[in-house]
Amino acid sequence: MRAFVSRDMASVGLGADEVAAALIAAGVEVVRTGSRGLFRIEPLVEIETPDGRVGCGPVAADEVAAVIDGTHRNRIGDVAKLPFFASQQRFTFARCGIVDPLSLADYAAHGGWIGLDRARRAPPAEVVAMVRESGLRGRGGAGFSTGIKWQTALDAPGDAKFIVCNADEGDSGTFADRMLMEGDPFCLIEGMAIAGHAVGAARGYVYIRSEYPFAIETMRAAIALAAERIAPFALEVRVGAGAYVCGEETALLDSIEGKRGQVRAKPPLPAIAGLFGKPTVINNVLTLAAVPFILANGAEAYAAIGFGRSRGTMPVQLAGNVRNGGLYEIGFGVTLGELVDDVGGGTESGRPVRAVQVGGPLGAYFPASMFDLPFDYEAFAAAGGLIGHAGVTVFDDGVDMMRMARFAMEFCAAESCGKCTPCRIGSTRGVETLDRIIAGDRPDENVALLRDLCDTMRHGSLCALGGFTPFPVLSALDHFGEDFGAADIAGPVE
Amino acid sequence: MAWRGEIDLGTPPAVSQAMVTLTIDGRRVTVPEGTSLMRAAALIGTSIPKLCATDSLEAFGSCRLCLVEIDGRAGYPASCTTPAAQGMAVRTQTDRLKQLRKGVMELYISDHPLDCLTCAANGDCELQDQAGAVGLRAVRYGDGANHLDQAKDSSNPYFDFDPSKCIVCSRCVRACDEVQGTFALTIEGMGFASKVSPSQSEPFFSSECVSCGACVQACPTATLIEKKVAETGTPDRFEVTTCAYCGVGCTFRAEMRGEELVRMVPWKEGKANRGHSCVKGRFAWGYANHRERILSPMIRASIDDPWREVGWDEAIAHTASEFRRIQAEHGKRAIGGITSSRCTNEETFLVQKLVRAGFGNNNVDTCARVCHSPTGYGLKTAFGTSAGTQDFDSVMAADTIILIGANPTDGHPVFASRLKQRLRQGAKLIVIDPRRIDIVRSPHVEAAHHLPLRPGTNVAVLTAVAHVIVTEGLVDEDFVRDRCDRAEFDDWAAFVADPRHSPEATESLTTVPAESVRAAARLYAKGGNGAIYYGLGVTEHSQGSTTVLAIANLAMATGNLGRAGVGVNPLRGQNNVQGSCDMGSFPHELSGYRHVSDDAARAMFRALWGADIDHEPGLRIPNMLGAAIDGEFKALYIQGEDILQSDPDTRHVAAGLAAMECVVVQDLFLNETANYAHVFLPGSTFLEKNGTFTNAERRIQRVRKVMRPLNGLEDWEITQKLAQAIGYAMAYDHPSQIMDEIAAVTPTFAGVSYDRLDALGSIQWPCNDAAPEGTPVMHLDGFVRGKGKFVRTEYVATEERAGPRFPLLLTTGRILSQYNVGAQTRRTENSRWHDEDRLEIHPHDAEQRGILDGDWVKVASRAGDTTLRALVTDRVAPGVVYTTFHHPATQANVVTTDNSDWATNCPEYKVTAVQVGRSNGPTDWQERYDERSRRSRRIEGVAAE
Repeated sequence: MRAFVSRDMASVGLGADEVAAALIAAGVEVVRTGSRGLFRIEPLVEIETPDGRVGCGPVAADEVAAVIDGTHRNRIGDVAKLPFFASQQRFTFARCGIVDPLSLADYAAHGGWIGLDRARRAPPAEVVAMVRESGLRGRGGAGFSTGIKWQTALDAPGDAKFIVCNADEGDSGTFADRMLMEGDPFCLIEGMAIAGHAVGAARGYVYIRSEYPFAIETMRAAIALAAERIAPFALEVRVGAGAYVCGEETALLDSIEGKRGQVRAKPPLPAIAGLFGKPTVINNVLTLAAVPFILANGAEAYAAIGFGRSRGTMPVQLAGNVRNGGLYEIGFGVTLGELVDDVGGGTESGRPVRAVQVGGPLGAYFPASMFDLPFDYEAFAAAGGLIGHAGVTVFDDGVDMMRMARFAMEFCAAESCGKCTPCRIGSTRGVETLDRIIAGDRPDENVALLRDLCDTMRHGSLCALGGFTPFPVLSALDHFGEDFGAADIAGPVE
Repeated sequence: MAWRGEIDLGTPPAVSQAMVTLTIDGRRVTVPEGTSLMRAAALIGTSIPKLCATDSLEAFGSCRLCLVEIDGRAGYPASCTTPAAQGMAVRTQTDRLKQLRKGVMELYISDHPLDCLTCAANGDCELQDQAGAVGLRAVRYGDGANHLDQAKDSSNPYFDFDPSKCIVCSRCVRACDEVQGTFALTIEGMGFASKVSPSQSEPFFSSECVSCGACVQACPTATLIEKKVAETGTPDRFEVTTCAYCGVGCTFRAEMRGEELVRMVPWKEGKANRGHSCVKGRFAWGYANHRERILSPMIRASIDDPWREVGWDEAIAHTASEFRRIQAEHGKRAIGGITSSRCTNEETFLVQKLVRAGFGNNNVDTCARVCHSPTGYGLKTAFGTSAGTQDFDSVMAADTIILIGANPTDGHPVFASRLKQRLRQGAKLIVIDPRRIDIVRSPHVEAAHHLPLRPGTNVAVLTAVAHVIVTEGLVDEDFVRDRCDRAEFDDWAAFVADPRHSPEATESLTTVPAESVRAAARLYAKGGNGAIYYGLGVTEHSQGSTTVLAIANLAMATGNLGRAGVGVNPLRGQNNVQGSCDMGSFPHELSGYRHVSDDAARAMFRALWGADIDHEPGLRIPNMLGAAIDGEFKALYIQGEDILQSDPDTRHVAAGLAAMECVVVQDLFLNETANYAHVFLPGSTFLEKNGTFTNAERRIQRVRKVMRPLNGLEDWEITQKLAQAIGYAMAYDHPSQIMDEIAAVTPTFAGVSYDRLDALGSIQWPCNDAAPEGTPVMHLDGFVRGKGKFVRTEYVATEERAGPRFPLLLTTGRILSQYNVGAQTRRTENSRWHDEDRLEIHPHDAEQRGILDGDWVKVASRAGDTTLRALVTDRVAPGVVYTTFHHPATQANVVTTDNSDWATNCPEYKVTAVQVGRSNGPTDWQERYDERSRRSRRIEGVAAE
């Protein structure tokens, strides 16, 4: 009997290792996969049957006998048929949770390497054109056209060029990068190898945050296994040292170079002068992992899905106080309400949803009244927010939004690299000003000061850390003004 | 920061031929592509508020005051980091921008002590200026977290670091990285806790900081500020003048308050130093007011007597009468003079004129004898000009750089910073030096090859390099055919190709692995623009001139001459060593290197000077001393030099001086030579006189009088008085008239005048009708002498070799904080970094002798012995020991021998066979000498200290 159990860090955190050990002790052959992405059913055990895999979850280690004999109380049947999965459009995460992440055979059997082989048969410019036509945009949050970025690097003269993968996934409530690296690392490797061919880079770096030991280990193992397959392109893992700001692409480059992780001024763009001063494509994990699909299935297949200028799919991560927390890959255009209420199933606590923060700690808080907002870069920007890395964090009506505003400033103060003044000093002043508001000290004056400070930070900061911290603060003020006590929270009309 | 009023364009210039035109606040401006918006605006007089930007550093974009609006672009980009583009329409002053800038400034001031009125930078603070410029009127943040209680670090003797005033603009850190290249400073911590940290939060004094002052200059506030400014107040005027230390020739703004010097700030327009400096030039000028400075002339009948202070008239009359008496009794050639490479061209010219026209002989020599005389000889022979071929800027176009016998991070620190900049851009470095000098491996710089040769084998190594170039077909045939004498080349090529010159054959001699020599040769020959920089480690050998010729051969054979980025570049030791040679300081040469036997030249001088010039060369320094011991040479006028400490074989120098009847020393201090003097004429400092210095790149630069001479007279006036007193008429009112005379008699100086120097800032000779603005790079289309001359360079081992009695080889050098014999730097706070000379010895050699780090050791050679303390280090190879010679107590030259260069008599300081052993104190010689010094320095009526 063969069973599939996730080795994803979240699954392991929920007890997957113990369950796998119990299965092995019971004589079952266990294949460790990535996670399917719905944590409510983890640890999930899928038993191989002639009719396909039959899932049970969550499973405790002392319940494996029931799983084996088919009597487990949480028997799900075909996991893929669960509405949570059936309604997804898995382009990037198609293999995650199904294959053995470190099996080259599994990868090849599930459509791996088709994109790379196709890319290598085409001239670089053609590959870049395909990526451009797919409409793929940077999944790290900025949403910049990947094709244009690659074209810039392709056109930039340089005796060496680099591909850098930003796997410094630091936003609270996000885990898609980690899941992919742990569940389907060859997909990222293939995407980077395609990028290397497309722009003429012989070497790539995967910069992973130190808090992801499983991903680091899996990527290193996978790179060793795939080395021959992707040669002459070569890859290396570099591990961060715990600074959130190193997820900012230029600070990340400095960190790889062995310097203090500090944001660089742009221009020059990294595509022209990036790592070690050479033309560098720096993309997020999800961006690069979307590329094999595009090459394998064509730009049209990817671009066919989506909304407005946001094409293809987005692996949305549902987190916080939500019933169905997990990874949900879907074409752009799904509304915030569909994600939270229908897919997410509302709050875990059962209380009404009060606020949803989209895009990590620098994203705006939206009230339920804005749930018709379509998941789309432009629509979110117009609503005073951002999609970011597509982390969706749900809060019920117990949340104090004044404290969440303070938390945003506190987060910025803790993570500021200290280079630019609005972020370095502004975040600390923001915390202090919110403390005064919380204490009821001249709330009207202090809210006005806070708005001025947010204006300075929003438009004066060097990078998105200081520049986007005003999103959660101002959205809290604008949509949840009642939490700010007696203050006249009205902002200036811009 | 620099004295206010100096225009700062915010970012460095862009180097591009392509031009773009844009409008800034409606005004059109055309700038090279790549120019920042901030600089473009500044060029048309629009100043955009800024704090982290300064035009000596790359744009950083951190302060966020310089935000602008650009039509068609979202947001508010920083003007310092945004390059100008064709057709761009930029607005620098809008209500929105004012609001943002005020918001940023409010944040700055919320963490800054508001003690402006009592702050050392009051009135000279960019933060203060910008707060005014953006119209900040209130800070609304109230009491919050701040850095106001951060402790001040006063450990550096010259500047204070007060982090409570720091705005974390990183200008100091960037200056340390980009300009100085030491990487001693960093920003420690993150976010609000970010702070400037020397090394790992060490006090400045004990950190890696080399006190070049670039951080102090870059600081926009009082965070890093000169102690002297804090004491004195801000300056109110300045004069641009030239540093009197090394041959780099940094120009400074001497910033004054009244007659008090407040600080020296490197002059941004200075073409030698490009706005940078070292610890000596910027800070070590306190000697000018040191209590030991002598301000009154003094005479004495015997060197055993105490000095007697007299007036100028008496001192001059006494000297003239002695000189006349001695010439009457012992002949015209019984007296002579020594010019100084520390003095101005005009002063030097005047001393040699006094000797040639007033004394009526050619007994004039200069301290260049003991440093770069082989350079003059070798380069004149090979190329036709006794000088380096390039300007300092040239290094920024070099791709492969050979550094041989020079330690620029200590000896020529400002040039070293440029060199390191170029190396960080990717140029390759080859170091040929017995010691692992700092630049072999320092932050972000590493030599491609270090050839640690045995001292004294320069010629063998360079001939082996030539062997590889010739035998591996790396010669630049086109260059040799077009530019050099073919027959001489063929002869030379056949010579070096002989297998006995191969790296393999010479390896046992030089101890340099053959493969390193081959790799270095290939790199130099084929690694793009190849430049050679060298110092006294080349010249101060018995084969010093041969080594210079070998260097010239390599440059010619590889075609590395006649354009930017290449060349043969002597790093001159002293501020005016080039100039003192140019001015006719050698006994055989008139100014402009014309031999005294040249009838036409002598005739011209006779016509102008009204005196016959002896057609026989005069005596060199060692010969003067020898003649004195033989009783034939009786009187010597020494201007600004301390031959007793600086010349080799101290006992021989002492004996020579002691044998004379009238030794006249003109100096700032009672130096070691003055112990043997009968007349002391107090000199003036470079701050107290007008004149010019000529640096290592032939650049003539003005020295400007910023205060009256404390001793009453500028040095040229003293020489003039002496000339008048012996009956030779001189009647200059100002050094500019001396320069006019130099220009009139010296073809390479024909176009030089003070007016031209003031107009152009500086001039590199030759300056004449053909090159009215001077000559940055020489031999562009052909060599001055016609065809380049290849000369065979047969290696001849020095007689000074290690043997059973003296098994180690001693070589000598300098350290950053001290300068030469230390007469000036020892009288400043610089001595806190280096208060004694130490003997570097390899652990193996130390172990064999039972020597521990810090032990007193005796160094003995066949010439003499001395004691100093040991520094056990693998920086030197086994068999080699090393010391500096900055402190008279060390008496390093007691040990050095009378060996010298075959062509020029330049002493072989760099190789002395010695034995080293443990010791328990000073040698008998040191004790006797110490006693003599004490006795000799007594002044009647002045209590000894």
